[in-house]
Amino acid sequence: MMIGSINIAVLLAALMVAATPILLAAIGELVVEKAGVLNLGVEGMMIMGACVGFIIAVNTGSPLIGFMGAALGGMGLSLLFALLTQALMTNQVASGLALTLFGLGFSALLGQKYVGITPPRTPKLDLGPLSEIPFLGRALFSHDIMVYLTIALVAAVWWFLKYARAGMILRAVGENHDAAHALGYHVKRVRVLAIMFGGACAGLGGAYLSLIRVPQWTEGMTVGIGWIALALVVFASWRPWRAMAGAYLFGGVVVLQLNLQAAGVKIPVEYLSMSPYLITIAVLVFISSGKARGSLNAPGSLNRPFHASN
Amino acid sequence: MRKPLLCLDGLTKAYPGVLANDDVSFEIGEGQVHALLGENGAGKSTLVKMIYGLVKPDTGQMTLRGQPYTPAQPSEARLNGVAMVFQHFSLFDALDVAENVALGMENPPALRDLARRIRDVSEEYGLPLDPSRLVGDLSAGERQRVEIVRCLLQDPKLLIMDEPTSVLTPQEVDVLFHTLRKLSAEGTAILYISHKLDEIRALCDEATILRGGRKVATCDPREKSSRELAELMVGQVLSPPERAERILGEVVLQVDKLSLASNNPFGTSLKDISFTLRAGEVLGIAGVAGNGQDELLLMLSGELPASAEQVKLKGQPIGHLGPNARRSLGLVAAPEERLGHAAAPDMSLTENALLSGAERKGLTKYGFIDWHATDAFAREIIARFDVRTPGPHVLARALSGGNLQKYVIGREIELDPDVIIVNQPTWGVDAAAAAFIRQALLDLASKGAAVLVISQDLDELLEVAESFAALNEGRLTAVRPAKGLSVEEIGLMMGGAHDMHPAHEGMA
Amino acid sequence: MIRLEKRKEPSKFWRIANPFLAVALTMLAGAVMFAILGKDPIVAIRLIFFDPIFSETFGSYSRPQLLIKSAPLILIAVGLAIGFKANIWNIGAEGQYIIGALFGAGVALAFFPAPGWYIFPLMVVAGAFGGFLWAMIPAILKTRFNTNEILVSLLLVYVAEKILAAMALGLMRNPDIPGFPGSRDLRRYEAAHNAEIFANTGIHWGVVAALIAVIFAYAMMTRHMLGYHVRLAGQAPRAARFGGVSPARLVVICLGISGALAGLAGMFEVSGPGGQVRIEFASGYGFTAIIVAFLGRLNPIGIVLAGLLLGLTYIGGELSQMMLQLPSASIQVFQGMLLFFLLALDFQTNYRLRLTRGARA
Repeated sequence: MMIGSINIAVLLAALMVAATPILLAAIGELVVEKAGVLNLGVEGMMIMGACVGFIIAVNTGSPLIGFMGAALGGMGLSLLFALLTQALMTNQVASGLALTLFGLGFSALLGQKYVGITPPRTPKLDLGPLSEIPFLGRALFSHDIMVYLTIALVAAVWWFLKYARAGMILRAVGENHDAAHALGYHVKRVRVLAIMFGGACAGLGGAYLSLIRVPQWTEGMTVGIGWIALALVVFASWRPWRAMAGAYLFGGVVVLQLNLQAAGVKIPVEYLSMSPYLITIAVLVFISSGKARGSLNAPGSLNRPFHASN
Repeated sequence: MRKPLLCLDGLTKAYPGVLANDDVSFEIGEGQVHALLGENGAGKSTLVKMIYGLVKPDTGQMTLRGQPYTPAQPSEARLNGVAMVFQHFSLFDALDVAENVALGMENPPALRDLARRIRDVSEEYGLPLDPSRLVGDLSAGERQRVEIVRCLLQDPKLLIMDEPTSVLTPQEVDVLFHTLRKLSAEGTAILYISHKLDEIRALCDEATILRGGRKVATCDPREKSSRELAELMVGQVLSPPERAERILGEVVLQVDKLSLASNNPFGTSLKDISFTLRAGEVLGIAGVAGNGQDELLLMLSGELPASAEQVKLKGQPIGHLGPNARRSLGLVAAPEERLGHAAAPDMSLTENALLSGAERKGLTKYGFIDWHATDAFAREIIARFDVRTPGPHVLARALSGGNLQKYVIGREIELDPDVIIVNQPTWGVDAAAAAFIRQALLDLASKGAAVLVISQDLDELLEVAESFAALNEGRLTAVRPAKGLSVEEIGLMMGGAHDMHPAHEGMA
Repeated sequence: MIRLEKRKEPSKFWRIANPFLAVALTMLAGAVMFAILGKDPIVAIRLIFFDPIFSETFGSYSRPQLLIKSAPLILIAVGLAIGFKANIWNIGAEGQYIIGALFGAGVALAFFPAPGWYIFPLMVVAGAFGGFLWAMIPAILKTRFNTNEILVSLLLVYVAEKILAAMALGLMRNPDIPGFPGSRDLRRYEAAHNAEIFANTGIHWGVVAALIAVIFAYAMMTRHMLGYHVRLAGQAPRAARFGGVSPARLVVICLGISGALAGLAGMFEVSGPGGQVRIEFASGYGFTAIIVAFLGRLNPIGIVLAGLLLGLTYIGGELSQMMLQLPSASIQVFQGMLLFFLLALDFQTNYRLRLTRGARA
């Protein structure tokens, strides 16, 4: 199927790849926010993951080890955030910003010798006959394993939040930390774990950028994707499947915009490439305007510090 | 003598600067309804938190059925058969009833089975509940049922109830007492925390009275008069406020068929509210928490504006005006929440004097603040209203509840208003400060101001108000003279006269 | 066991001491970082913090640079701090800075090559207006649709960067040098040049503007009802409403002020030290200013000191890059660490560490 010079199957395939890093970061942040913490450091944790994952993959030759390293890298940075906000009771907004500023600088420092290198290739997952199916095979079943793992992660988070007791406790902590504390739940422990999960996911998302999507390391290569992931959580009104829908929608915009650039449409490249940001803003406006009731879904204790008074 | 269930022996707990509990000992028998009586700040909650495993005692021990009992956390208390119904803070608005119940249990069954058991238990004890509803949409009374059912499902040996009736209408209180007596008859001991003496005398077998962290007595409350209990609790005899004969003047405030959506997704919208208030009149508005009290105050203070014509002050439409415009016209307000609404916790008393005083006291010029005058104003409030504080430089949050409340109400009274609106003026305040505040409001009325008191404390309203109305689900009843109203009538007004029937049928 | 215990009143001592302590700790951690990078830590630290001012060799060059780098930081941070106090988080100052520069440069390029005393003042107005306009986007979305201003203002930075690139390559490109991106050099257009007022001091009109902004902000925050309302809204939003503060009005005011100041900073930069509209024009002042605002305790006077310090790290960073081949990113790391240490230390302001041992007497 073709529209003009654009092949729809290829477009869909590219869309899934473009959506994966955003989705990874967003699903992590969704869990963090469900626990009542606003971590604005997604961009910083992502770029750390991109950098650490890249370095490790290049040095070990294994993208898989690279991804694991990226998760740890993102988690490491998120622990710093956890230390600040949970143990030292700092302002979450300021700490998140600090995380982003620091992550951008630190990754640039770590990665300066790796600019211009090509990372080891991540193979496509062999899905046998599935990828032979016309159209769908190319669009859906010809990806690397991370694309599918990410979808599985969304499913797992959805199940965890909806059906697992631990998930219920996490939601309770995010909804009303005083009540959770009064019932004897460890608010801070739950939150630290959630923050670490969010960091690992953001790290993975970053590594997906540097190892698969781009694949290269450059300073500041996340170009705001972490922030878009934050917006996506609001857009999804804290629901995992909606986050996925949002990420794919967003991936679609990115890919379409790139395709239009390639197709030589008469709009300057700069204007086309600002469209993802503008669309994110437009979607945020729509969601928060109250017509969709989405913003009412925000966890009750989001961005409120918790300090047990006794 | 009943077999002792829980023995407390010499429990002491100190916080920096306060000895919350000092060598407290008493026993609770099996199946006994034991009252824990004391003023705000007497140390009741700390004691209960120790029993429930939220706080560790510094010294002293507890024994439960003869065994040493040292719960390190609430789950341990629950495993030992100790359950607690909290006054605030233990429900989750965005979760449904079944999930809320599950969160308070140690080993909850699958949610579907749990839903069935919730229905069973709630029917058995006359506490109707739908397990699939969101807690945020429930009324205060229903929310309490969730808490109670949560406890009952665990088959507790000791049920702790912290000020359970503060959110109930008199009829709902009756239902609750039936439930508690039934539980007691089945062998569950109940530790009942309250400062309402009549309730305790009606319900409890034994009462332990705390004052300033120490136990002052353990007695049979039915053998004591309310006055005796009050003296034990407060440590002094308090005289009821004096009420000078007042002549009612012109109508100063008029609200006409006003409906207004709440600004809070879980709030209560105001529906078709009408009333008038005369100079010199004290109008009391009763109602169980969450029936639109906050919204009523916000609407009157100007924080939640309405359409101009529906609120009139001395004949002038003010419904559209903001708080400062209303203040300069002579209408002031004191909201319920002291810290964070009526006062900014992290600002000094001087800065808090500016919060509502800027207009009427002329504390600014071209928007520039006269800090000298503001400081003088703060000192004036402190002196006139007996606010115990080292000085106006102290942060609002450093004051005790009673002192801050005196400061906040005092600030509004000092503005010399024509109309004053107060919400829960003595909530969480010690008895002496409460008496002082009520007297100050009455004095203001005697000087010709119109006073509107919104309160959940019926005794308070009957003490100060000459006319009476009640809020129920955002509707206001007709205003009636307070004299001669029976508790039964008041209860019906508060309950909207339809809410309680299913529960009664369940009891029958 | 160690416990955090909330203080009855925030400690004034730690409020003032913490920024200094944070700087000291950052130097220490930075020294470790440089040692790991294989550079002499003492030399590196000296190069960053002391040589720009005291060195005989570079001092004459870098001393004026100090004000040139610090002025935009201070100008932006003063505005941001007002918003932060009110819990209104404009973190897109970088975007407002860019748009302000484009507006300012746009006016200049429109008049080129006409002379006229009025051109520069017009550019000042246009720069402030551009930043204001860009900040009004998150402000209006916030007040009309309750859209999160953090995300919108930040996303608009990327949009502004794209606009900047489009301008440098298109509309504003210098027609006299075909093939090269970038506008005319405004330093060579006298009527539009933000020149030094006193030669070799680094004092240009941006420095003057920063000074005026600091004085105004100080007066507003301590003496004026508006400043009181800003603090009130930040600390206790419900109390603010009770005090008659309109949250929407405050959002517009705070974002407007900070946007206009950031726009001014951009305009003074493009017409002076920066010189022309280029793709790489934006140098991160808008983000560094966030650190400046926090390090200065959101207090105008503190911001002056913090702005000078961070301005110093910019110059010191360039020096150490030249002399020690230190990577340019190390300065970013430095600035990030500074904010981390400050935030971490700040718990002492509101809490007290207390050692508790089992049962107490």
